[in-house]
Parts: sequence; C-alpha cells; structure tokens
Amino acid sequence: MSDIESQAKAIAAELRCVVCQNQTVADSQAELAVDLRRQIGKLLAGGASREQVLAYMTARYGDFVLYKPPLRADTAALWFGPGVLLVGGLGALAFVLRRREKLPAGRFEPDPEDVSESNRG
Amino acid sequence: MTRWRAALPLLLLIALGGLFSVALRLDPHAVPSPLVNLPAPAFSAARLDDPATSFTREQMLGRVWLLNVWASWCTVCLDEHPALLDFAKRRQITVVGLNYKDKREFALAWLARHGNPYSLSVFDGDGAVGLDWGVYGVPETFVIDAQGVVRFKHVGALTPRVIEEHLEPLLRSLSS
Repeated sequence: MSDIESQAKAIAAELRCVVCQNQTVADSQAELAVDLRRQIGKLLAGGASREQVLAYMTARYGDFVLYKPPLRADTAALWFGPGVLLVGGLGALAFVLRRREKLPAGRFEPDPEDVSESNRG
Repeated sequence: MTRWRAALPLLLLIALGGLFSVALRLDPHAVPSPLVNLPAPAFSAARLDDPATSFTREQMLGRVWLLNVWASWCTVCLDEHPALLDFAKRRQITVVGLNYKDKREFALAWLARHGNPYSLSVFDGDGAVGLDWGVYGVPETFVIDAQGVVRFKHVGALTPRVIEEHLEPLLRSLSS
C-alpha cells in the first residue's frame, strides 16, 4: 500500500458517512462513501495535508462528519458533559452516604425478620 | 423544604420526559448544512439539454433561485415531483435542477415523461458539483438569494407542507 493510500485510509476512518451514519467513510460501501474515499485520495495526491482534507470535508458536510468534533464553546457540553455527570453523580452519592452514616440508628427502619425463616414450619 | 425535595424526582422525570419528547421529533438524518448563510459554491456545469452551454452561479446573481438536486433513478424525486411542478407553475421563481449522477438520455426521458418543473437543469454525471454542495441524499433543495448566498437547505422530498411552512415564508422575506 502506498503512502497516500494508507494516509487516505486513516483519514477516511475519522469521517462519518453521512448517508449511513453509524459507519465511517472507510467502512461504508455507500456510493457517497466510495466517492469521498476517491476524493480524499485525489486531494492527498494533489499535495493536501490531513488538516486540509478534513477542512474540505467539514466545509461541505459540517462538523458532523468528524467523529472527533473540534473543541469549541458550542461543543464543550459534548466533551465535558459525561465527565461532569460522572463527577456530579459520584459527589452526590458520597454526600448522601456520608450524611446517612451520621444518622442515629433510630432513624432507620429496623431490619425485617427473615420472612422465609419465620414461614417455615 | 422537605416537601419540595420530595417532588424533586417527579420534576426530574417530567424534565427528562420533555427532553426526550423533543429529541424524538428531531430527525437524526438531517445533517445541518454548513453552507447555509455562506456564498453558494462556485460551479460551472453543462446544461442537461445542451452540453455545449454551461451554467454558472454568477449567471443567477441578482435573483433569488432554487437549486433542486434530482435524478431519474431517484424514487423520492418522483414523490416530490407533483409538489415541485405545482410550485414552479405558481411561483415566478427560477428553479434550477441539478441532475446528479445520472445518464443524459435517462434524465431527458424522465423529464419528458413526468413533466419539467425546471427553468433549466445542469448535468452532473460524476457528482462533482454535488460534492461541492455537500449533497448526500437526493432530492435536496437549496434556496439562494440575490447576493448568491445559500439561505436554506432541505434534504428529502419537498412536500406541500415543507413548501408552505419553510419555503414560502423565506421567499416572501427575500423578495420584500
């Protein structure tokens, strides 16, 4: 495999096929994906860099084609949302557990008797 | 305070329900076009009916026009065809067809058979023009204003409802 070919393949693997959205341009057999692969090869052969090829694609199909969207103010939620939710959830859990730890035993319902035990007989 | 706290799970549930009901109505296949509000991509392509004559974006400067991407192999294009024919007849507006990845003879036969809503069609046999316009599903429709700026893109069939709710208000605002 030539240099350009392997580079084209790597770039295609970073792009979402807009027709069949859960596949990369590298994986998809959709006609558009085939066209885009050819176009990537053409651009690279013409001396374009990886960044230039990605810019070419986003100019036409938007950030949506990138599996790894750029970090900007309007994509911050995408990048940090999961982390914030995780830390927030763990924090809330720690807070509740710690508070519960300090409660006197009287605040809890007594453990029920073992039903299966008492019913036996 | 405690009563308010007791209602919290219910409020969260209602908020989530609201979020989901909005999200359910979004179309995940509608890829937002980066072209909207940018100058239309430059192109020069041969006319479908006359390969010797080319059509360029510059020819349309000063006029509001529609670019409708179609193909004879595209079944959804047939679905939108009556609405497009009706629209073209009703509105004094130039509708340019972009005949995408088609064969000339098939395309011309298709127009002869089903009617021609286009002022003219340009032929894009290899899809090169479509690539520059970010076409990914036929039919697609663009509205370009008098300054040559793309103002609207619709992917999929133009239904009477899309025309009524999106196209007409936009065209009214562009012509005023």
